[in-house]
Amino acid sequence: MTALAWLIPAALSLGLIGLAAFLWALYDGQFDDLEGAGWRVIEDGEPAHSDLPKSSADGKADGQH
Amino acid sequence: METIVVSGLISGAGLAPAAADRDVSTTVTTTLAVPNMMCGGCLRTIEQALQSTPGVGAARANLSSRRVMVTFQSPQTDAPELVNVLKAAGFSSAELFETSAPAQTTFASGLLPRVGVAGFAAANIMLLSVSVWSGHASDMDSSVATLFHWISALIALPAIAYAAQPFFTSAVAALRGRRLNMDVPISLGVILATAMSLFQTLRGSDQVYFDAAVTLVFFLLIGRTLDERMRTKSRGAAENLLSLKATAATVIGADGNARQIQARAVVPGMQMLVAAGERIAADGIVTAGRSEIDEGLITGETLPRLVNPGDRVHAGTVNGSAPLHVDATSCDDNTLLAEIARLMLAGEQSRGRYVRLADRAAKLYAPAVHILGLTTFAGWMLAGSGWEQALTYAIAVLIITCPCALALAVPAVQVAATSRLFGQGIIVKAADGLERLAEVDTIVFDKTGTLTAGELRLRSDCSVADDRFVAAARIAVSSRHPYAQALVRAARDRGWLIEPRVGVREVAGSGLAVASAGGEERLGSAAWAGVAQPRRNDASLWYAQPGTEPAGFCFEDHLRPDAAATVAALRLAGYDVEVLSGDRPDAVEQTARAAGFDRWQGGARPDAKLKRLDDLKAQGRHTLMVGDGLNDAPALATAHASLSPATAVDISQNAADAVFQGERLGPVVETLKVAKAAHRMALQNFAIAILYNIAFVPLAMSGRVTPLVAALAMSTSSILVTANAVRLRTMTLTLVPVRRSGGEQA
Repeated sequence: MTALAWLIPAALSLGLIGLAAFLWALYDGQFDDLEGAGWRVIEDGEPAHSDLPKSSADGKADGQH
Repeated sequence: METIVVSGLISGAGLAPAAADRDVSTTVTTTLAVPNMMCGGCLRTIEQALQSTPGVGAARANLSSRRVMVTFQSPQTDAPELVNVLKAAGFSSAELFETSAPAQTTFASGLLPRVGVAGFAAANIMLLSVSVWSGHASDMDSSVATLFHWISALIALPAIAYAAQPFFTSAVAALRGRRLNMDVPISLGVILATAMSLFQTLRGSDQVYFDAAVTLVFFLLIGRTLDERMRTKSRGAAENLLSLKATAATVIGADGNARQIQARAVVPGMQMLVAAGERIAADGIVTAGRSEIDEGLITGETLPRLVNPGDRVHAGTVNGSAPLHVDATSCDDNTLLAEIARLMLAGEQSRGRYVRLADRAAKLYAPAVHILGLTTFAGWMLAGSGWEQALTYAIAVLIITCPCALALAVPAVQVAATSRLFGQGIIVKAADGLERLAEVDTIVFDKTGTLTAGELRLRSDCSVADDRFVAAARIAVSSRHPYAQALVRAARDRGWLIEPRVGVREVAGSGLAVASAGGEERLGSAAWAGVAQPRRNDASLWYAQPGTEPAGFCFEDHLRPDAAATVAALRLAGYDVEVLSGDRPDAVEQTARAAGFDRWQGGARPDAKLKRLDDLKAQGRHTLMVGDGLNDAPALATAHASLSPATAVDISQNAADAVFQGERLGPVVETLKVAKAAHRMALQNFAIAILYNIAFVPLAMSGRVTPLVAALAMSTSSILVTANAVRLRTMTLTLVPVRRSGGEQA
């Protein structure tokens, strides 16, 4: 039964890590363009636009910065 | 929302320009709609084209929403210039015309995080529950089972409190409005299941349903997220289409310089310059120039109207032949537009609140569930078991009947139907649009721009000798007048090479002239070409060469290629079809006959259209209005359901339940087919849900349902209804004949 003492926390924390990763990806804007992301992977050349408002979350100031 | 758009257009005053001061360099972020961005290649081309434009800081294209977000330095470049850059790269684009809050913020801040949390909770609680269930078979200590229940409670309580909020708020709103919707039984089921499980955990019993409650929330959230995503996508696509139509306006500043601004930024008092062939951006009064205005979108009239200085022109109309200077005015005194705005308001009110299918089901379902629960409780009390036992069984009944499948039954079908239509260029915007479309039995078509393509074409019975035809086309090619362009199109269709004549001059309202040996060749109105008494008075364009008899060309607004076939298919399926147009009665009759209608009405003003719809409604008909013009907007807002082509004016597109793209009229049939199939599927899904209840409610009432049975039953029924709905995406559909409750047959 002592196995439960670490197995349950281990299972839960693995789940929590997954949840945290999902939420991070969501707020990072990685779900904003599911179709485009697939194409960007196979594009040649260096990744452009590094200084961009990446997601809608930080692009909300839709006017002057 | 629609009303705001109307008043915005009518006052002619939109928002102030984004970058008002042009002296200081400011960084501006704007969003461009690029509807024909289709693949990864386009994505790259668009970003590169924009990034190589001076002044552009960054550009990021979004293939899902077909939009590009661009950051640029304000005075160095501006949105119209970026649109030109994309045009050079082969993409039509426009600055986004936002009719609602930016679509993507709702996406990230809305349901998806809740789906994630519910998914996490469901997975982990299921892990613990399965252990307990298999523990029953093996030799799990009851203290371990209790520990597992406590951990489940610890996960479930916060997860439900957070993830199920959308259901709770919706249920509370419904109850406040003294209505019942599907969220009321869902919320009740979830809350009761959680509360009872907590109570049973405290008692150390094994009637614990945390897994059922959380899984239920998880499934329902998935359904709701898919539904919302589809709707967001549709709304975004509709906005993209509208943005493309929102034209730029050329205004002349106080310093006499012309500059391009967005049409909605035009305010009364501005002086606009409208080139021939351009759409007029705002209502106003002509101050200089003489031209012909194509008002087809406003009045349904195909023939252009001659305007002189001092005449009024309306936003959305197309300037035909010569440049015009127009003073933008506000138009409170404008009778037609003010009347349309008033009628639209009235129409939206008369349509009233439509009770959706799922909510109608909830109205029957919710009381039934509660009565079953009460009966179970009373029955077990009478049978002499304690109140705890009776309550446990009663709550098991509530959990089993908690409408998981029922709540998914409609959204799953709606998502499948909407995405099927979306793939065919039909954008369903109204949430309940498909449900209303399925009930339609009468279809009213507008003529200009709906049955017809809204484009003049040379009539085939108009015979003019080939050499003179070519000569006329060579003059016509220098004009943007609708007749001249139709003539050139017809000539090109015959495979002739049109070489433009040099020295053509255009006299607005009359025609074109070019000097040639022996006099002047003229192309234009009968009077201009010197035809004293037209032999054929339906000819509207005349060509005169010195020394020969003038030749007349006649035009018609040609039907959409499949109009007749569409009407025939609709009539075959038993729909009553008719034409209701603002155009001249003889033109309407001609078109209606050609398309196979036997009922039509011409010269109908917007209020006459409304009256006709009211008459139909009084006869108990459910009318579908298909129209595109401004004069159709009130009718579109009033009719039971409405469709408009993507070429329609913005007010009409906003009023319509769905917008279809393309040259053909076939999407009307397709929309009806899918709407009816969706209705059928929703009913099938209800049947599946009810069968499931019939099977399991007796078990629950007799106290034989365990948490394991509940979990299995609920997941199976949810998966069944979803799988049934998904079939709609690929099913071959035929137009099912209308069932009529009464009334005469056409």
